[in-house]
Amino acid sequence: MCVLARLSCSRLGGWAPVNQLNYVIRRVLQIIPVLLVVSVLIFLMLRLIPGDPARLMLGDKAKESAVAALREKLGLTRPLPTQYVIFMKQILSGDLGTSLTYQRPVAELLKDRLPITVSLTLASTLLSLLASFPLGYFAAKHKDRAGDQAVRATALVAIAMPSFWVALLLMILFCVKLHWLPVGGWGSTLWEQARALILPAFTQSLMTTALLMRNIRNSVVDITVMDYVDFARSKGISEAAVRNRHIFRNAMISTVTLLAMRMAYMLGGSVIIETVFSLPGLGKLMVDSIFGRDYTVVQSLVFLFAFMVLVINLLTDVIYSLLDPRVSF
Amino acid sequence: MVRTGKRPRLPPWLVAPAFVVGVLIVLASFVLAIVPGKIVHYGPIDVDTTARMVAPCVAHPFGTDNYGRDIFSRVVYSARIDLQIGILGMIVPFVVGGVLGLLAGYFAGVLDSILMRIIDILMAFPFTILVIVIMTILGQGIRNVYIALWLVGWMSYARLVRGEVLVLKNCEFIQAAQVAGFSTRRIIFRHILPNVISSSVVFAASDVVLCMLTGASMSFLGLGVQPPTPEWGAILNEGRGYISYAWWITFFPGLFLAVAGVGFSLIGDGLTDFLRTKGR
Repeated sequence: MCVLARLSCSRLGGWAPVNQLNYVIRRVLQIIPVLLVVSVLIFLMLRLIPGDPARLMLGDKAKESAVAALREKLGLTRPLPTQYVIFMKQILSGDLGTSLTYQRPVAELLKDRLPITVSLTLASTLLSLLASFPLGYFAAKHKDRAGDQAVRATALVAIAMPSFWVALLLMILFCVKLHWLPVGGWGSTLWEQARALILPAFTQSLMTTALLMRNIRNSVVDITVMDYVDFARSKGISEAAVRNRHIFRNAMISTVTLLAMRMAYMLGGSVIIETVFSLPGLGKLMVDSIFGRDYTVVQSLVFLFAFMVLVINLLTDVIYSLLDPRVSF
Repeated sequence: MVRTGKRPRLPPWLVAPAFVVGVLIVLASFVLAIVPGKIVHYGPIDVDTTARMVAPCVAHPFGTDNYGRDIFSRVVYSARIDLQIGILGMIVPFVVGGVLGLLAGYFAGVLDSILMRIIDILMAFPFTILVIVIMTILGQGIRNVYIALWLVGWMSYARLVRGEVLVLKNCEFIQAAQVAGFSTRRIIFRHILPNVISSSVVFAASDVVLCMLTGASMSFLGLGVQPPTPEWGAILNEGRGYISYAWWITFFPGLFLAVAGVGFSLIGDGLTDFLRTKGR
C-alpha cells in the first residue's frame, strides 16, 4: 500500500505519503465498529424471526428431539449475550456453521460461490464503464441536439426496465430462438463460464451504464465551460489531452462515488440476476437458502455482502482521495 | 443551493412534450388501476381450461397462461397493486426521512450523530439484500413489502434533506429569521422546508420507479405478492417456466412495468427542469 501511495504521490502531486497511508489505515480501522454493529444486527436477525428458528429450519414434520438438538447446536437455549459471544467466536475462527440443506460447512459453500458473484459484478462494472464514458462524452458534446436526446432517452428507458424482464427477453432471443448462448448455469471451463456471464453481466450493467452515462454527461457539460479547461486549450495541448487529463479526470470524481453505490447495488442485484440465469453464485444461494429456511447460510451471506460493500466503500474513498487532491486526510 | 457553471437543459420545445408524455402515461396507468373492470372482459383469476396457453389473438390480445387466464386482464388488474407499491413505498419514507433530515440538519448534535450512524450501518447492506432480509424476518406477502420499503427508503431522503439544510442554515435569511425571533418551528417549516424540498421531489419521482421495481422483483422471487393475485412481477415469475413457447406471459407484464416506469421518470425529468428554471 505504501508503495502505491508513494507512486500515486509522485504522479499526482506532492503530498507526504505518510499522510496518505495514515488515511488508509484510519479508514480501515473505521470499518471495525461498523462491522461489529452489523454483526449484532445479523445475530439478531435469526432471533427476530417469529417462532422457534430451529423448528422453522427443520419443518413441522421434524422430531422434537432433532429440533432440540439443533436448538442446542445453534446455542438458542442460552441467554442472548452468551449466544452473541459464541456467535462472534465462531465467526472469528472461520467457523460459519453447517448448512442444513447442503450438509456442508457454510464457509466452503461461500468459497465456492463467491468467485461467480464477484466475476458477475466486476464484468458488469467493466461493461458499464466501457459504455458510459464514450456515450456520456458523446452526449455532452452534442448537448441538446439529436444525438444527446437519443442517448438520454435510451438511458431513461434502461433505468425503468425491470432487470428480470430484460433478462428473460434476452434469454428468449439469444438462448431459445438463436441458440447462441446457454440458457443458464455455470460451465466448467473458462470459456463456458465467460459465455455464461455474457447475458447476466449485460443485463446487470444496463441500469448502471444509464446512470453513469447521465452523470458523466452532466459533469462533462459542467466542466467544459470551466476556466481551467479554456486555459488548458489556450496552452495549445491536444484536444485528447484536454479531454483525458482535464475533463475526464474531474468527471471521474463524482462518477467514482456513483459507481461505488452502483457496485453495492449490483452485488444485491445478483440475487435476482443469478436466480433468472441459474448462476450458482451468492445471490442464488441467498434465495435458495431463504426458501429452504437454511438461516445459518442466510446469516453468513448477509455478513459477506455487508463486508464486500464496506470494502468497496473503502476502496472508493482511497481512489477518491487520489483523484481529488483537495480531500483532506 | 449555490452552484456555478451551466447546467444541462433540454430545449424548451422538448421539455414540455416529454413531461406531457410522462403525465399521460401515468394518468393512463391510474385509469387501469382505478377501473380495470371497465377495460377488460375477463376476470384476472378466471380459469378457462379450454383456452390454455393461447397465443395473442382477438379474444385474448395478450394470450392466456397455463390455467387459461387472460393475460391482458391480469396485466391490467396488476396496475393497482404495482402503482400502490410505487407510490405508498415512496410517500412514507419521503415524509419520515424528510422530517428526520430537517431536524438532524437543523439541530445537529446528538440526534444528527445517531441518525447518521444508523444510516452508515444500514448502508453497509446492498439495497436488495436489506429488503430481502427484512422480508425474511417478517415473512412473505404484500404488507411486508411495504414495511420493508419503508424501513429502507427513508435513508435517502434524510441524507438528501440534511445535506441541504446544513448548507442553508448558514444563509443570511435564516439567520435573519432567527434574529427576528421567529419560532424554530416556523423557521424550519416556513423558511427552510420550501427551499430544500425540491431535490427530494425530483428524487421521489425516480424513487417511485425504484419501489415499483423492487416490489415487483420481490414478487418475482416469490417473496412478495402471492399467486393468484395479479401483479406484474408475479406474472413474470409464473411465465418464467414457459419462455420457450409462451413468450407472451413474460413479455406483457414487463412491458407495462417498464412503460409505467418511463412515465414516472419523464415526470421526474420534467420536474428537475422546471425547478431549475424556477431557481434561476
